Amino acid sequence: MSTQTATGATAAKSGEVLLDIVGLSKTFGKVAANKDITVQVRRGEIVALLGENGAGKSTLVNQIFGLITPDIGTISIKGDATPVKDPKDAIARGIGMVHQHFQLVPVMTVAENIVLGHETVRGGAFLDLAGARAMVRELSDRHGFAVDPDAEVDDLPVGTQQRVEILKALSRKVDLLILDEPTAVLTPQETDELLGVMKDLAASGTSIVFITHKLREVLAVADRVYVLRHGAVVGEVDDLTHTTTTDLATMMVGRSVVLSIDKPPATPGDVVLAVTDLHVKDDRNLEAVRGFNLEVRAGEIVGVAGVEGNGQRELVEALAGMRKVVAGSITLAGQDLTRANPHQTHHAGVGHIPEDREKHGLVAAYSIADNLVLNEYDQEPFAKSGLRQFGAVRENAVKLRDEFDIRSAGVEQSAGSLSGGNKQKVVVAREMSFGPRLLMAAQPTRGVDVGSIEFIHRRIVEARDAGAGVLLVSAELDEVLSLSDRIAVIHGGQVVAEMPAKGADRAQIGRLMAGDH
Amino acid sequence: MGAWVARNKWSVTLAAIVLVAAYIFYALSSGTALSMYKYAWSYAVPLVLCALVGVVGERSGVVNIGIEGQLLVSAFAGFFGAAYSGSLLVGMLSGIGCGLILGGFLAWTTVKWQMDQIIAGVVLNIVATGITSFYYKPGQVLPALMPHVSIPGLSSIPLIGEVFFKGTGVIALVAIVAVVVIHIGLFRTRWGLRTRAIGEYPSAADTAGINVIRMRLVNVTLAGVLAGLAGVYLSMDSTSSFERGMSAGRGFLALAIMIFGAWRPLRAAAAALFFGFVTATASQLQTEQIINVAPQLVGTLPYVMTLVVLAVAAGKVRAPGAVGQPFVKGDKS
Repeated sequence: MSTQTATGATAAKSGEVLLDIVGLSKTFGKVAANKDITVQVRRGEIVALLGENGAGKSTLVNQIFGLITPDIGTISIKGDATPVKDPKDAIARGIGMVHQHFQLVPVMTVAENIVLGHETVRGGAFLDLAGARAMVRELSDRHGFAVDPDAEVDDLPVGTQQRVEILKALSRKVDLLILDEPTAVLTPQETDELLGVMKDLAASGTSIVFITHKLREVLAVADRVYVLRHGAVVGEVDDLTHTTTTDLATMMVGRSVVLSIDKPPATPGDVVLAVTDLHVKDDRNLEAVRGFNLEVRAGEIVGVAGVEGNGQRELVEALAGMRKVVAGSITLAGQDLTRANPHQTHHAGVGHIPEDREKHGLVAAYSIADNLVLNEYDQEPFAKSGLRQFGAVRENAVKLRDEFDIRSAGVEQSAGSLSGGNKQKVVVAREMSFGPRLLMAAQPTRGVDVGSIEFIHRRIVEARDAGAGVLLVSAELDEVLSLSDRIAVIHGGQVVAEMPAKGADRAQIGRLMAGDH
Repeated sequence: MGAWVARNKWSVTLAAIVLVAAYIFYALSSGTALSMYKYAWSYAVPLVLCALVGVVGERSGVVNIGIEGQLLVSAFAGFFGAAYSGSLLVGMLSGIGCGLILGGFLAWTTVKWQMDQIIAGVVLNIVATGITSFYYKPGQVLPALMPHVSIPGLSSIPLIGEVFFKGTGVIALVAIVAVVVIHIGLFRTRWGLRTRAIGEYPSAADTAGINVIRMRLVNVTLAGVLAGLAGVYLSMDSTSSFERGMSAGRGFLALAIMIFGAWRPLRAAAAALFFGFVTATASQLQTEQIINVAPQLVGTLPYVMTLVVLAVAAGKVRAPGAVGQPFVKGDKS
């Protein structure tokens, strides 16, 4: 599958083949994570691996980096087909990887993190930290990164942590840099900067393989793209000049998808939720929500846009009754919920799709049916005189399964055994089916496949049209932009701007999210 | 050195105050002071060694609540090894060997087999109590007393020299060296950087090419030597006999001391000395009949202190991030 095109924008990429993967397969239990994958990367090329969650992208790169051993197939690095034993071997052979969850020790300094594993020592054992600091400073200046070698990683913003990761790889003299979903946690500005960094690195001869499911980024930066679906390469584009996001999305999902959400204009009614001067502390006892004000009306979707860690989690938890309110008030249709517990907020009519469905949304060991009545199990018809009514529970489950397209072997199957998208549908079904006056959806489509995303979005719009107020909190700016009727930008625990979603300027919101206002 | 003092100014100030107070007390009543200090140090020695075992283990990400068992078996093996062979050296080596083997057992079960670290430690403790009680034989004696030495030069420092370096057992000297070596090791060497990394965020170390499993195995196993030394000290040096259950919870006290010492060897050593001093004070007050309470009540003092210390330290110190979690390769979160 040698695909050396000599036309278009990719004409310059005809250098040495750095990475040559042939016929790679890997099976976990009964699941084929990778099937007969063939991929080539040349020197100085940026190659995107595009695919939905669970398409096998991470499995593929983890094999290149020696974290997983392939079942069959070869991975040749610079013509050497010796199997990659472990990360150490991969590093020695010029491969660097920036993982989706940063692999940095939070309590150590930048310099300590960068030298970890290839420390310079004096006297056989003593760390040369002065040398490490100088090396980091030099490297970071050369790439224009402005990273302080003595800063503790814990104190750095996410974007800077990512630069530390990239520096870590560069300090080992990488030929091929693997980036696993590098933009998932970045603001739009940070994303643009990262894409710039990637182009610079490629221009200086470093090849880059990056995993993403964001189509815009592929078109912005990649020279070539491989599209993965169900573990196999289903498409390969060598010249992206005439490719559109719709083309890529169709390849990724295997059918045409509606990327934009069709929704009738909102008809806002009375105020459902009123949050006034809310103050909430985070787990470290620091104030995360600092004077938050917002109103949500019946029949509208209000999207809260913001970089993660700006108080969204604490805000949602406070609204759901899971976190103590320090000051301010929460009112739901005139009823004071400031000091309510989760049970009371639910019965006041708040549906809550939590950010972390594994931790707060489901009990993994319980059946789908039980999960669907988690907050109503003690109410009629699911319980009578203190005894659970399994018939009613089951009936409810079957009804919701069909209505919300939960794909499972049966309603008695444990919720933990479902895929991410189906787990989320269980949560969505439970929180929507009781007819909430306010629906709070925190990161409702995180880790969910494109098909389920479409479905969940549609249900959220339907809830709105049925007269519920919807508060959407999402780190995906695209999601906020396309789903909301009104947008509130959160920064530092406060709403820094509110605007109608129609005609909202992406770049302006990005600047507001970054605290630039 | 200047920078180090500046960073640790509170600890250094506190140490200076304590030292001055100790000298004043010594000047006022040298005989009593000296015997109390010596008692305090001899009480502290096994605690220091065991706290180091805890520090090395937890800094590597492994909770070792089996220190108590390591201590007890080593005390047993040391005493009976020496008694039966007629050689103190054989006794010491068997004690140290047992510490090492049990360290290896804990390391293998928790790191290699990913057994729950608390359960593995509890199992170790139960086995230790059972074995040492079952094979215990009364009426045995050590062939000789453990040699005590004085370090020329150091022993002539007033007070400090007398307490730590004059007529002192070899194991107590080793304890001092071990504190300094492990402290420098943890914070100044490649081994220390890697050890802290595997205890804080093992997958970061793994992706940097460090063999987390092997390093944890080696660290936890070798730390067993220190537990072995502590056991030998108990049955052969501070006393010359073995009794059933003689470790008396010292392995657990050591963990409290480790926490109070914020997982730092120097602070842990200071905390152990503090425990020793409080115990010495209580016992002195009782011998002089200044307070008149049941000896059993005085005996509970270290354990009551443990509760107080843990309550005070709670929330102020931070345990290594990955402590207690087995490392599974390829787990990236």
